[in-house]
Amino acid sequence: MSAAGFGFVYGLSARQAGLSPVEAMAMSTIVFAGAAQFAAVGYVASGLAWPGIIVLTALLNARHLLYSAALAPWLRPVPFARRAGMAHLLTDEAFALSISHFRRIGRADERGYWLAAIGSTFIPWNLATLAGVLLGAQIPDPARFGIDVIFPAAMIGLAVGLITGRRELVAAIVGAGVGVLVALVSSPAIGIVSGGVIGPLVGLLVPASLAHETAPIDIAAAGPPGP
Amino acid sequence: MSTNLVLLSVLMFAVTYPSRALGLLTPGLDRLPKIAFDYLQLVGPAVLAALAAVSVMVVVGDDDVPAFHIGIEWVAVFVCLVIVARRRNLLLGLVAAVAIVAIARAAGLAALPA
Repeated sequence: MSAAGFGFVYGLSARQAGLSPVEAMAMSTIVFAGAAQFAAVGYVASGLAWPGIIVLTALLNARHLLYSAALAPWLRPVPFARRAGMAHLLTDEAFALSISHFRRIGRADERGYWLAAIGSTFIPWNLATLAGVLLGAQIPDPARFGIDVIFPAAMIGLAVGLITGRRELVAAIVGAGVGVLVALVSSPAIGIVSGGVIGPLVGLLVPASLAHETAPIDIAAAGPPGP
Repeated sequence: MSTNLVLLSVLMFAVTYPSRALGLLTPGLDRLPKIAFDYLQLVGPAVLAALAAVSVMVVVGDDDVPAFHIGIEWVAVFVCLVIVARRRNLLLGLVAAVAIVAIARAAGLAALPA
């Protein structure tokens, strides 16, 4: 449901940013990363050069390294080629559904992974993107309906979803503050990259005893039970 | 129909896939120093918050000079933040944010973006 709703809104935003249906769908199938896609359409609309969009994409999606490292011990028996395919479908939602399922049953479930990644995320995301981009073309003046606010609202909503303790909170606040300050004296793209790099460094200064994590991705604890 | 941005999608994939695949395909990556994982865990919230803040607080005019911006978008984004934090429902937050901006603009209380 959330993938479908969010994919629909992404389709609307993509259309508003001037992407054609082919371009919007290419991003949803090839990149398949919601936050990065929203960021990309926002910056395509504002005329940011491609290298800036690519750097931001790399930064935004760096968190997937955490997910793949956490799933690796579970999926080690799966053949290499299939793991390579599974990697493309590794999103926030697929990770959350899979790791909780694996922990519950105490073993990896490859079919369960594919079902979670394709059935509940990839297909709804892409169908909803198509619906959004086709409907978006019928709206004559999207700004009048407030559609331009979808991008920043989606970004802050996604950030809130990733905040699981004080370290993340500090990283987000500092990232936002640094981002705005640097953007005002240089450019929005440099500001965002600066916030994304400096925010986590300041977040790391929060002592672990004060971090108050509620749902950390603990790589060691995320693995399967020992033999 | 334009297809120029398909290449951009391929380049975005090229920088996204490695972070998704490295852990699954590289033995021993889960034994990286803890501080590296701690840093990665903080990158997402920081980048997303920076994206949101810069989008609503900084506008670039025709002269290419960034300027501080105050507007109804602040209220809309803040309401979205509160809804997501309390209800864990992003879609509801987005609908509320769009409604606030649309109503404010329809009532003449807020200007359309430049």
